[in-house]
Amino acid sequence: MTLSTGHSAALDFAQPEPPDLSSGKYVKLWQGPQHPGITGNMSLELVLDGDTIVSCKTHVGYLHRGFEKLMERRTFIQNFTVVCRIAVPEPTFNEYLYSHAVEEISGIEVPERAIWLRTMNLEMMRLASFLMWIGGQSGAFGQYTVPNWTLAYRDYVLDLFEEMTGARIYHMYIVPGGVRAGLPDGFEERARKIMKGAEKLLDQIERVMFNNVVFKARSKGLGIITPDMVDPYGIVGPNARACGLARDIRKDEPYLAYDRLDFETISGNEPDAYGRAYLRLQETRQSINLIRQCLDHAPTDGPFQADMPNVLHWKVPAGETYVKAECTRGEYGYYMVTDGSEFVRRVHVRGPSYTHAIAVMERLAVGTNIADIAGLMVSLHTYPPEIER
Amino acid sequence: MNELLERLQRHFDVNNINVLKPGMTTLKIGKDSAEILIRELRDREGYTHLNFITCIDYIEDGIFTLVYMLHNYDSKHTLGVHVDIDREGEEMTSIHTLWAQAWTYQRELREMYGINFPGSPRLDEDFCLEGWDQIPPMRREFDTRAFSEERFGHREGRHSEVPRVHMKMELYPKRGGDEE
Repeated sequence: MTLSTGHSAALDFAQPEPPDLSSGKYVKLWQGPQHPGITGNMSLELVLDGDTIVSCKTHVGYLHRGFEKLMERRTFIQNFTVVCRIAVPEPTFNEYLYSHAVEEISGIEVPERAIWLRTMNLEMMRLASFLMWIGGQSGAFGQYTVPNWTLAYRDYVLDLFEEMTGARIYHMYIVPGGVRAGLPDGFEERARKIMKGAEKLLDQIERVMFNNVVFKARSKGLGIITPDMVDPYGIVGPNARACGLARDIRKDEPYLAYDRLDFETISGNEPDAYGRAYLRLQETRQSINLIRQCLDHAPTDGPFQADMPNVLHWKVPAGETYVKAECTRGEYGYYMVTDGSEFVRRVHVRGPSYTHAIAVMERLAVGTNIADIAGLMVSLHTYPPEIER
Repeated sequence: MNELLERLQRHFDVNNINVLKPGMTTLKIGKDSAEILIRELRDREGYTHLNFITCIDYIEDGIFTLVYMLHNYDSKHTLGVHVDIDREGEEMTSIHTLWAQAWTYQRELREMYGINFPGSPRLDEDFCLEGWDQIPPMRREFDTRAFSEERFGHREGRHSEVPRVHMKMELYPKRGGDEE
């Protein structure tokens, strides 16, 4: 099996010449949209020479629901049912950024208690999403024990979400002005118990997955991202941090309560699939630590919602802003333009997958063995709905 | 930041400078100088990160405003470059040689708004839409509801509400949806 892949520091953005399929030397193979080794509803058009990929094209559109267009025709509150569906495993980041953009343009101050509850909510989302991702990465290399553990444990975190927000997946908990509710009785105790269990699980995963010889052999050297690729390709988040760049919006441009939390940006020095996976494991542990800090510091009384008018009478003034947050995959942003009417003029959602799944993936796939393409895709951590609007 | 803006004003015809919040500014420039300005910002001013490229349709003024959002990791400053172009049959200089993901954005803008970026790779390949035969759907004049009704028609037993009217009726049922 071919183990190494990727172009080293290739900064030539020119599109490669398509292989001559009539030569009889190549085989064209579609990976997806219906394939267990694909990250959501997208597909890769691969051209193979033997079992080595010589050309890759990403195709999206299977999930296009016109989110951005829909938002221009619905009132500000109605858009909540749209925004949370843009990244299914991480709806909270969409809710927060949409709310934050509305708040910034309207000049709404969020109460202290809501700031802490939002921070905790986002970190819980990070934990749930990383648990799902670890399972996907492990499964892509043929280890099916870890996905069973992590997806089962993610459900405990979803239980916490259900207690906190009333919903498991699409919470719509963070709304302009604050959050919809405080914490229920006994939540802290149950959350701490689940965090303790999650830590134990991560220790087991480290032993079973990261010390496994097959996982190491297949992931080390796969999909190398060099530091000089990062800015030209717009690479963000763990994919950038794994090659040594200590960039984290939570630390560099703190929002919510992150400037009052004790944590350091984690960066690595192994820019391959293994290094990225290990970095994400460390970030999952960090997320548990941050949730505990939020439980320690979050005020237990006081308002969790600013005084807001009836949702049918929201007046958002004309304005423009770009707000961003560090999601599990890096910079997630909302660009919003309003014109003073009851509808938003324009919302643009900036997701990290836009470049990770297309420009980066098409580059890294070349030279990879067909058996490793699923592992490579998962190691870039991509969600198609962010690309498709 | 002021020094940067002064430098830019010396060399480029930038206007409408707007400080949106600490760490974020927008400015407007003519379409002919935009690519040179963006290249200058990337190569000399440290704006090495392209957050995104997008478009706002001002149908009432007959223009599209293209927005290039750039970020400087050292100064932690974000700069939005706005470029107005005509809505009808307009072209914009491609920046696909500056960032690897730029051509993807340009391909999307071509499909969703109909803007042409001569020289941009794979510009006319389908992006999200397959076999689209209508006007580009993100343009304001594209009516999603009329399209749905025409394309998919009415189905017996299917009932839909206008969400805003429905919400008012839910909230104020005794007053027939009148919240006043």
